[in-house]
Amino acid sequence: MLEKIYKAQSVMNSACEKLGRQINIMEVCGTHTVSIFRNGIRSMLPERIKLLSGPGCPVCVTDQGYIDIVLKLADRDDCIIATYGDMIRVPGTGGSLETKQSTANIKVVLSSEDALQLAKDNPEKIVVFVAVGFETTAPATAVVVKEAAADSIDNFCILSGHKLVVPAMRALLSGKNHNIDAFLCPGHVSVIIGFGAFSEIVEHFGRPCVVAGFEPMQIIEGLSEICRQLADGAAEVKSIYTAVVTEKGNTTAQKIIAECFEPADGYWRGLGKIEKSTLQLKDKYSQFDAMKRFGIIETPTEDISGCRCGEVLCGLISPPECGLFGKSCTPQTPIGPCMVSSEGACAAWFKYGGQRRGN
Amino acid sequence: MCLAIPARIVELEGDNAVVDAMGNRYRAKTTLLAEAKLGDLVLVHAGFAISLVDEEEAKKTWQLIAEINDFEDTSNKVSG
Repeated sequence: MLEKIYKAQSVMNSACEKLGRQINIMEVCGTHTVSIFRNGIRSMLPERIKLLSGPGCPVCVTDQGYIDIVLKLADRDDCIIATYGDMIRVPGTGGSLETKQSTANIKVVLSSEDALQLAKDNPEKIVVFVAVGFETTAPATAVVVKEAAADSIDNFCILSGHKLVVPAMRALLSGKNHNIDAFLCPGHVSVIIGFGAFSEIVEHFGRPCVVAGFEPMQIIEGLSEICRQLADGAAEVKSIYTAVVTEKGNTTAQKIIAECFEPADGYWRGLGKIEKSTLQLKDKYSQFDAMKRFGIIETPTEDISGCRCGEVLCGLISPPECGLFGKSCTPQTPIGPCMVSSEGACAAWFKYGGQRRGN
Repeated sequence: MCLAIPARIVELEGDNAVVDAMGNRYRAKTTLLAEAKLGDLVLVHAGFAISLVDEEEAKKTWQLIAEINDFEDTSNKVSG
């Protein structure tokens, strides 16, 4: 293992020397962020390699306007809110789901199937499933929407906050204000979409996209492969997570997503509106769309003043550069979304003392 | 949130499975992975099997999950 690390370090060092500047690599997966901190990977890298924690945590990129809608629905007597546990502490304008747990019908579920079961068990209530996540969770939502349609379960609907990874990467690179040289691409999102999905980023923007798994050696080898490509001046799509990631991905899951959902413009916290970056239910499933059922129109909500999560998500600043970080905003008293989720860049940074080194 | 967990299918009826991950048993669906058979190791995400996985890879991921859990426990103690 040591030999592999030395080899990767030497590739990274020569790339830094050859380019004669800092290399900025963005990871777009919250689990990578956590693994990088947990394993002290930053300390194994040359000083001139900077890792940016991008919009890879679905909880962190969920717009506050969306949370506000969930909170409003939670106040209705005729609704049960079914949510993954990750969302329970995210602050909206008037508190979080956690603060309402004693007074409202809020149930934490482990899967979309559990949410549908809640609807079957509570025919007198409307169960609203808080459907968040990237392409890993979207097919699970699609399966239950189809099931609800087939079994005519009318008291079930979803509030789709599903987001797509590639459009966000495209938006980051299209913005003038970025300094991203390459992407370390998510492992399990890629199990679904396939590593071929990142080709457009390489073709349009000339940035290396390398899919890696989550254990430390995978991450180090992924970073080393990125550096090799940058030094050679030849960006490619590559997966070094060959155990589970194929070029085409899980086509069954892709088909089910495409059957139920269509891409729509949507809001990301910190990144604003991104074209065709979210999934909304197709017209034939509109009866299961909570937005339509309750006549809701989503309005983006201004971020909390002083919180710089948006800049963190774009890789423009590191968490300690935010004035709230570690002072009023901590994992116990989170203000911004990147501190709420354990996969958020700020929480990982706070918990593991990432401030010791700048990269 | 996007970390899938390796688990072994210990019961399977139609697309309803019971899986075992690190000694914990829970229900999962194989709707997205039609080829999954009884005894297979699969990656499970939010209650759905999304891919087959081999023994060696599963062990690495289990190890990582144990470390991350440990990391969160420790940090909660430190910061809380």
